[in-house]
Amino acid sequence: MNIHEYQAKALFEKFGVPVPKGASATNAAECITALAGLPEGPTMVKSQIHAGGRGKGTFTDGFKGGVKFCKTKAEAKDLAAKMLGNTLVTAQTGPAGRKVGTVYFTVASDIKKEYYLAILLDRVTSRPVIVASTEGGVEIEKVAHETPEKLFKVVVDPAYGLADFQVRDLVTRLGFTPAEGKNAARMIRSLYAFYWATDAAMVEINPLITTPTGDVLALDAKVSFDDNALFRHPEIVALRDLNEEDPKEIEASKHALSYIALDGTIACLVNGAGLAMSTMDIIKHFGGSPANFLDVGGGASKDQVVAAFKIILGDANVRGIFVNIFGGIMDCYVIASGIVEAVKAVGLKLPLVVRLEGNNVAAGKQTLADSGLPIVSGDSMADAAQKIVKLAA
Amino acid sequence: MAILVNAETKILVQGITGDFGARHARLSLDYGTKVVAGVTPGKGGQFFEHGAHRVPIFNSVADAARATGATVSAIFVPPPFAGDAILECVDAGLDLAIAITEGIPVKDMVRVKRAMAGRATRLIGPNCPGVVTPGTGDKSFGGCRIGIAPGYIHQRGHVGVVSRSGTLTYEAVYQLTVKHIGQSTCVGIGGDPVNGTSHLDVIKMFNDDPDTHAMILIGEIGGNAEVEAARWIKANVRKPVAGFIAGATAPAGRRMGHAGAIVGGAEDTAAAKIAVFQECGIEVAVTPSDMADALIRAAKAKGVTLS
Repeated sequence: MNIHEYQAKALFEKFGVPVPKGASATNAAECITALAGLPEGPTMVKSQIHAGGRGKGTFTDGFKGGVKFCKTKAEAKDLAAKMLGNTLVTAQTGPAGRKVGTVYFTVASDIKKEYYLAILLDRVTSRPVIVASTEGGVEIEKVAHETPEKLFKVVVDPAYGLADFQVRDLVTRLGFTPAEGKNAARMIRSLYAFYWATDAAMVEINPLITTPTGDVLALDAKVSFDDNALFRHPEIVALRDLNEEDPKEIEASKHALSYIALDGTIACLVNGAGLAMSTMDIIKHFGGSPANFLDVGGGASKDQVVAAFKIILGDANVRGIFVNIFGGIMDCYVIASGIVEAVKAVGLKLPLVVRLEGNNVAAGKQTLADSGLPIVSGDSMADAAQKIVKLAA
Repeated sequence: MAILVNAETKILVQGITGDFGARHARLSLDYGTKVVAGVTPGKGGQFFEHGAHRVPIFNSVADAARATGATVSAIFVPPPFAGDAILECVDAGLDLAIAITEGIPVKDMVRVKRAMAGRATRLIGPNCPGVVTPGTGDKSFGGCRIGIAPGYIHQRGHVGVVSRSGTLTYEAVYQLTVKHIGQSTCVGIGGDPVNGTSHLDVIKMFNDDPDTHAMILIGEIGGNAEVEAARWIKANVRKPVAGFIAGATAPAGRRMGHAGAIVGGAEDTAAAKIAVFQECGIEVAVTPSDMADALIRAAKAKGVTLS
C-alpha cells in the first residue's frame, strides 16, 4: 500500500525524521489556513499523487509542473488553486493522469547538497538494506548503473538491529561534515526505526538535503507498506487513498480477486499467480495484448467468477476473454457451471475462449458445450491463446 | 530415491483442524501419505478422523514429533501465527517445515529466517504449493504429498520440477505425465520474497539425486534466484534442464499476485532471466505450453532418455 508524501512526512515527524515545515490542503479555504501556519517567504507547492515525476508533469489543461517553487505565500496560494481538482500527467501516471485532491505546502529550504537514502528488503540476504548515495535528486537506477561507486549499502542483521558502527560508516562514506554527520546519523536511525516499526516495504528519501546551517532534512518522502502486514497497522490502513487506485482493482479486492488493469484488449481470468502471469505472456506471444492480470485464487467459486466477469467487462477496451483454469483440486464441472452461469448473468457478447484442465475435465468441457452459449474450448494454453487472439483481432 | 520426502516420510499437519488444513490432510491421506499427527494448540488428545484414518492431535509440534516420529510438518496456520509455527518446528528439531500459508508479513519471515540460521530444520515456502514425491500406485498414489498440489496428475519417474508457482508447477507436471514422463519430486518453493529454500538449493539436491535424470526450473520476474541457479547449473549440472520464466508482459513496479513478483531493476525482468538461461545451456520453454517439450529437446541434445 502506498501513501502520499504529506502523510509519509507526518509519520516521519512522529519517528524523529526531520522534514521541512509543511501543511496540506484539499480546498481554497484549507489553503489559507495551511499557509497561515507557515512563515512568510519562499514556499513549495506540491501536488499529492502517488506517481513519481510530478515536477516534470503537465496538467491536462496545459499547466506545467506538479511541484512549484514560489517566492511568496500569495503566489503559492494562486498556484495551488490551479493544481487542486486538476489532472496531472507524469511519466508514471499513464496518459489518463491522476486528479489532484490534495496539495502540500512546505517551506522552501536552502539546499547545500542533495543525497539519496532508502531502506528496503535485500532479497539476496533476506535482510533489510539501507541504500545511500552522494548523488541525490536524480534517478537512483541511473546512479547504480553509471556510478556504482557512489552508492553505499548497509545490510542490517534483524537479530540485533541497526548497529551504531554501521551508521557511523554510512555517515563517513557520505562525506558529511561533523555537524551534519550528527544530524544525519540521527535521521538514519530514526528512519530505520520507522521502517521496522511500521512494516514498511520501502522508504525512500530523494533528495535528502543538507542546509547551509548544517541541518539534514527529508525533502521528499516515498513510502510503501507490506500489504500482508496491514492487519496489525490500522493507523496506516486509515491513510489509504482510494482515489489513487483503479476502481476495478478496489472492486476486485472485495471479492478476494487479485486484479491489475493493463492496456491491452484480451481480458484474462486465471487461477494462480504464476499461471495468470504466463497467460498474459502467451497472449502476447501469439500477437495479442492482455487487458489485465486476474488471479481468482484456488477456489474460483461461482460468485467470484461472476464478479470477475463484471470487472473485466468494465474495461471498455476488452474485445475478448480468455479463461484459463487448471483445476487441480477443484472439480472442472463446478468451474464450468460457474462460467456458464456467469456468462448468462452478465449477458456476455464478447468472444470467450475457455481452457479447462484437471479434475473431472471431461464433464466440465461437456457442460460448456451443452450450454448453448458461444463458448470456444481450447485444448492447451497455446491452442486457447491462439484462438482468442484470432477472435479478438 | 527422490529428494526431501518419500513414501515412508511421516508428516504432521499444523492447523489440521482448520478448513484449509483439514481438507488437504484428507487429500494427503487419500493419496497414501503417512499423515501421522496433527497439531492444534488446545485440542491435544482429540483425533482427526477421515475414513479408516484416526490421526491423533497434539498441543505442540514437539509432543507430536516425540509421540509419532514425524520428521516433516505441513503448516496451514493463518498468516499472523505462521512465523511462530515455523519456529516451533525448528525448536522441535524437525528435518523439514513446509509452510503453505499465504500472506505472512515480510518482517516476520525476515526474523524467522534469521532465527533459523545454523539450525538443522529446512524450510520450504511460505506461500507455496508444497512437495510431492509421486508413488507407484494408480495415478501415482502411495506417494508423499505435502501441501495443496493435486496428487493424481503426477506419475512416478525421474524428472525433478522446481517452481515458485503452484498452478504453473501443475501445468508442467501435467504436460510431463500426459507424455508418460514421470517425476522424481516436485517442489514448490513459493512466491514470497523471503523464503526458506531457493531454486538453487533444490537444483543442487536434484543434481545429487541419482533418481533424478532431468529437471524443469520454473521462475518468475523479480529477484535474482533464477539467475543464481542458472549460473550454478552451467558450472555443475550435466543433466538436461529446461526452464521457463513467467511475467514477460508484467508492468514494472506492480505486484503480480506473488509478493516476490515485482520487476525492480533491469536484471530481474523476464527477458534478462531468459537471456541468462540461454547463456547457461538451459532449454527455454517459449510458452508455458512448451515446458515438457523443452525438456524433451534438452534431453535429446544430451542423449538422455526420459521416463
